[in-house]
Amino acid sequence: MQPELNIVALVSVGQHPKSGRARRAEQDARAVELGLRLSGEKVQVLHAGDVAEESLRSYAGMGLKQLRVLQQSAGADASLALGDYLSEHQPDIVLTGVRAESGESSGMTPYLLAEKLGWPLVTRIADIAKIENGEAEILQALPRGQRRAIKVRLPFVASVDNAAEAPRQSAYGPGRRAQLEPLPWVEAADEVRASFDEAPARKRPKRLKMVKAKTAAERFKAATAKSQGGGGRIMKDEPPREQAQAIFDLLLEEGVLR
Amino acid sequence: MSDIIRRDPRAEWIARNRLHPLHAEMAAPVAETRGPSGLIRKNPHAVGFIGPNGIKRIDRMGGNSAAVGMRRGAKSAQQVELPLHKVESPDFYVVAVVDMVGGRLTGHDKDVLGQAHKLIRGAEGNGAVMAVVFGEHKEEAFDKAGVDRLLHLTGSEFDGYCPEQKVANLVEIEKQYQPRYWLFPDSINGGNELGCRLAARLGERPATQAWQVDRETSVCRGSGGLQDITRATPRLLLLAEECADQIDETRHEVLAVELDTRPSIINRLQDCGQVAVDPNSVSLAEAEFILSAGNGIRDWEQFHKAAEVLGATEGASRVAVDDGYMPRFRQVGATGTWVTARVYVAVGISGAVQHMQGIGQCDKVVAVNTDAGCDMVKRADLSVIGDSQKVLEQLIELARDYRQGGAENAA
Ligand SMILES: Cc1cc2nc3c(=O)[nH]c(=O)nc-3n(C[C@H](O)[C@H](O)[C@H](O)COP(=O)(O)OP(=O)(O)OC[C@H]3O[C@@H](n4cnc5c(N)ncnc54)[C@H](O)[C@@H]3O)c2cc1C
Repeated sequence: MQPELNIVALVSVGQHPKSGRARRAEQDARAVELGLRLSGEKVQVLHAGDVAEESLRSYAGMGLKQLRVLQQSAGADASLALGDYLSEHQPDIVLTGVRAESGESSGMTPYLLAEKLGWPLVTRIADIAKIENGEAEILQALPRGQRRAIKVRLPFVASVDNAAEAPRQSAYGPGRRAQLEPLPWVEAADEVRASFDEAPARKRPKRLKMVKAKTAAERFKAATAKSQGGGGRIMKDEPPREQAQAIFDLLLEEGVLR
Repeated sequence: MSDIIRRDPRAEWIARNRLHPLHAEMAAPVAETRGPSGLIRKNPHAVGFIGPNGIKRIDRMGGNSAAVGMRRGAKSAQQVELPLHKVESPDFYVVAVVDMVGGRLTGHDKDVLGQAHKLIRGAEGNGAVMAVVFGEHKEEAFDKAGVDRLLHLTGSEFDGYCPEQKVANLVEIEKQYQPRYWLFPDSINGGNELGCRLAARLGERPATQAWQVDRETSVCRGSGGLQDITRATPRLLLLAEECADQIDETRHEVLAVELDTRPSIINRLQDCGQVAVDPNSVSLAEAEFILSAGNGIRDWEQFHKAAEVLGATEGASRVAVDDGYMPRFRQVGATGTWVTARVYVAVGISGAVQHMQGIGQCDKVVAVNTDAGCDMVKRADLSVIGDSQKVLEQLIELARDYRQGGAENAA
């Protein structure tokens, strides 16, 4: 743990995917968890929105003494307010989720903040392995369960992936007792967003396999044909050494050997 | 040549004799011939052709059907060449930055290219779809996927993880070509990241998870998938999978275009390479490279060894699991896990339908089997007919040599 680090975790109001009820957002909670592990109770948790929002208490219940809220109305652009606050306070590390669970969920916030602050951005991190001499070693989550090591100098912005350590349980009582500190902040209305038309998600049509046949014979063939690969290479009488070499070459070519 | 019309009695005889081996060539039925006297003669027997099930068919489409006068079966053998879609001196570009997972276009990439053509279709002026590819690739079918122009950026600066370098190049493309639309696949394979970085750099507000896009409005998924947001179509779009139909009826030119200035920047993110992850800790459904065992494995020690040195995740057929050689969660197939591996090596697996269902999404399948006629061999891209034990033994040796060679080179 490095309490001298100044870490800010940005949190939003999440939404349960089935019931739609407000909750702590999965990825944001992971960002708070990572912050707590790196700098203990000194981690600063920041939200732009309404201080009366109940679900903020479930972040506080993770063991925070206080939570800072930039007071905003519902239609305001949160990333502008956060950007102003962060460039004023200049923390070492800013942690966010990858995508919000409510609102536009475009996932642009970390990118906009990094651009505004002029800091490097590390996306989809799974863990911060260590921080030494102003340089952080980060594990980034890749598709298919893979990990990549990245080194970056402080300060930086990082978005925390679902592969990061699961957040600790939120305790109700401490969450109640924590102090939510509202900060009055200039707000900028999000005009583009106001022109959006929002509706409950429609079910997306599944793509059907279309048969584009011009003649009856082709249609008949398409309907009855067994689906088969285009016939691969078959090695029958070569010695095992050559056969194994062919497999090995294919593995190399596909780049799956590392 | 003289005007005298000569008859060839032998040919006529063969043409009459349906049992003659040369009948098919000689009897190329000509519906209209000039008779010996110079009059046009119609031969009603020569009209039409024999259909696939042996019944005579008459084609009244005015010669549009290719089969008249052709030998049976000749038609089905020839491949139709798709028409070439040409764009000369394009007025505007739609740029698609593709993921190229494993050096090839993904299905998602092709959807994005299809969407690019959908945005051009019916617009004023000539639009061309430009695909941007970073680093080396193995794709051969850019033309069939709908790429009119290809901007291929190569060089050592694109090795490894370098989103900042790529975005700097995309900004140059913006300056040089001023594309009308920027399209990215909204995927975890890099498309989402590049798109968002470029959007932040250019100050555009992108549409993300867009799944129904035309020139006026886009429908995007918001609120973590619970809401649809309908909005005016922006310049920069991150497209969901299956946003549009892929191109399948035309070929495209794939003309190479260049980027005049190549920016050089200092990467602030230092890529220290991929971290070795225990392949067996990756879930089977996610694994990239699976070595799967079936009833044709005798030496299980050797199989585990092979998986270890190759760095593959282990899979199994149901028989191998039922016999107790592998745990249940390793089973691939209808009642097991549906895998998405890029390379699936099936050792001693016959390829029962229940097993094939599970590997439907795999890219490359390699079969090792003693039976050349089994279904797995029919599905496989590379089949090795032989004893699994011997092949695995050689494979282990090759992998060991490779690893040691790599270590020596690195040292
Ligand atoms: C309801 C139901 C659900 C099922 N679900 C699944 C499922 O999810 N997954 C699944 O896998 N199966 C499933 N099955 C079972 C499936 O039908 C097959 O029985 C099974 O896949 C066959 O496994 P196999 O290919 O390993 O064995 P076999 O069919 O016995 O094939 C063994 C193969 O190994 C080859 N071989 C033998 N010796 C050697 C050697 N020395 N070297 C190289 N090759 C050799 C043989 O030529 C043969 O091709 C299901 C069946 C049912 C009825």
